[in-house]
Amino acid sequence: MDKTKEAAASPGSPDVETWKRTTLAASVKRIPPRQEAFTTLSGLPVKELYTADDLQGVDPAKDIGFPGEYPYTRGVHPTMYRARPWTIRQVAGFGTAEDTNGRYKYLLAHGETGLSTDFDLPTLLGYDSDHPVAVPEIGKIGVAVDTVDDVHLLMKDIPLDQVSTSYTINASAFVLMGMYEVVAKAQGVRAEQITGTIQNDILKEYTAQNEYIYPPADAVRLVVDTMEYAAKAMPRYNPVSVSGYHIRDAGSTAVQELAFTLAAGHCYVTEAVERGLSADFVAPRVSFFWNIQNDFFEEICKLRAARRLWGRMMRDWVGAKDPRSWMMRAHSQTSSVSLTAQQPGNNIARTAIQALAAVLGGTQSLHTNSKDEAYQIPSEGAIKIAVRTQQILALENRVADVVDPLGGSYYVESLTTELEEEAESLIREVLDRGGMVQSIEDGFIQRQIADASAAYQQAVEAKREFIVGVNVHAEPEGDLPFEPFVLDPGLAERQIKRTQGIRRSRAQAEVAGALKAVEEAARNRENTMPSTVRAIEAHATVGEICDVLRGVYGEYRAPIVY
Amino acid sequence: MSRPLRVVVAKPGLDGHDRGAKIIARAFRDAGMEVIYTGIFQTTEMIVRTVLEEDADVLGLSILSGTHLHFAEEICGALKEQGVKEVLVVMGGTIPPTDIGPVKASGVAEVFGPGTATGTIVDFVRRWHEAR
Repeated sequence: MDKTKEAAASPGSPDVETWKRTTLAASVKRIPPRQEAFTTLSGLPVKELYTADDLQGVDPAKDIGFPGEYPYTRGVHPTMYRARPWTIRQVAGFGTAEDTNGRYKYLLAHGETGLSTDFDLPTLLGYDSDHPVAVPEIGKIGVAVDTVDDVHLLMKDIPLDQVSTSYTINASAFVLMGMYEVVAKAQGVRAEQITGTIQNDILKEYTAQNEYIYPPADAVRLVVDTMEYAAKAMPRYNPVSVSGYHIRDAGSTAVQELAFTLAAGHCYVTEAVERGLSADFVAPRVSFFWNIQNDFFEEICKLRAARRLWGRMMRDWVGAKDPRSWMMRAHSQTSSVSLTAQQPGNNIARTAIQALAAVLGGTQSLHTNSKDEAYQIPSEGAIKIAVRTQQILALENRVADVVDPLGGSYYVESLTTELEEEAESLIREVLDRGGMVQSIEDGFIQRQIADASAAYQQAVEAKREFIVGVNVHAEPEGDLPFEPFVLDPGLAERQIKRTQGIRRSRAQAEVAGALKAVEEAARNRENTMPSTVRAIEAHATVGEICDVLRGVYGEYRAPIVY
Repeated sequence: MSRPLRVVVAKPGLDGHDRGAKIIARAFRDAGMEVIYTGIFQTTEMIVRTVLEEDADVLGLSILSGTHLHFAEEICGALKEQGVKEVLVVMGGTIPPTDIGPVKASGVAEVFGPGTATGTIVDFVRRWHEAR
């Protein structure tokens, strides 16, 4: 007791150990911590206080640096949001191309600054709408696209030289990228003006989202085809958006999200180098897509760690010389799995806080989820609140006025370093065991994610993790507290009719010739994109083009891991 | 009790979002049941065949793509056609409350929405088994 009094009377502890022994110990005796141990959402231990002692291994000049300079910890642009706020990019997609085009226009009218598209399951998996497995799924979770004619309708009245557009598609991405190029050119947009992004990150399909067609190694080759093609044909287009989003929503930790995503980016770039392309030819157009979960600081640090680690991987591991190759440019989306069906109004608060983390982490563009998305495609009213959330952050909260405002925080810098180290060690483990394709084929990555997902579920059920409105502060549930989103019941019929009409009226010889050329390119291991674009121009369907490659590569059957 | 309950967990249709399917498969397994997880991309025919071949007591369907009513009707209809009466069919996923009635009317015994604890689902299956 005497010691405590002494400490309280003195001007302050000379170091953290003294503070722990005196001031902290006395306080803990009176009011113990509310739980034995604290961790991040990903399970990294968290101390009660971070001090300068925690930054002993961190060199401020080398490891933190300045925005717009290697290692980009503080941001890829020197001015960040002072020059231009992040792009408000809400993903949209349902029904037919006309339906989604209408949603685009609604979003742009309410201040969205970039477009993003979800495709329906048949399109994602390379089936035409009239395929038997496609019919029940047409237009349900995204827009249905069968031919380039659908993409013309999808992008109608959207000035593609001014609005950048992102396409969320992977297994059949090579077809949709070709369709986008054809449509942009038909609008009179010059090749060097075409901007936009296609997700085209097939590796995370095998580990998380499961919308794949071909065996992983062949699918990676197809990704490299698009990278090589886009670098020449659309130099400002991002042909790959390496995505941690789905890995995280599948239940991974933040460390696993970082590791498996950066390892996938590394795989695409090194495969391109293997093909004889230079890293600096492809790496500058590789972008990233992250999931922003509920642990506020961990998510901010994750984006900072991703920038520093990717920069180092590209510069030192791959040997890229162009600083643009070192920059981890990112789109972020608030976490879908964190949304609750119960008390959906709470999702507005969750999403706003996640969005703040994305901004403080230095994202280049952002999608904020809508409150009703635990059940359905968001209604117009709900998606408007999501857009307004970003506008409030950009225009009212002044969080866009200082670059990397949390840089230098003892906790933030320490956690950034820890995430980077943990992720790097997991990436090295993947590389040591033969790389991403090997670690997918033997189920290593899927098992890691499934274990993390199960551990979280157990923590929720044991009430070690809380979900407000679900396992704490729950209320009796009433009727759906929002308007149900209803799809036009006639949409499937309309879509099938249009596609079948196009199939009848096109120049069949040209289609057959172009599809043959796609097949030959694939068999001869030449780039499949030029012939794919030819097939698209001849009105070949997504299903026809993907079927040709099914014939060459076969279909992948994944190991079942749970 | 002669043998452990045999549960087929299946994901019908083209959707790959299998986090929930894997979680419930584990939960059934941890509860001492024998679990056959089909994996993704299952057609109605594939699921019905698995139920018959595996001599399943329970069929758990996980659907997050809006096709719940389509597959509830198709799968329960096909099971009836095959003369399967004793199999308990349950469904989990993002099924709006307004659709639960029609899904149950097609033959699904219970629908478990987002946020359901795995224990609730395991208990439901156990109670059904005890009452049988």
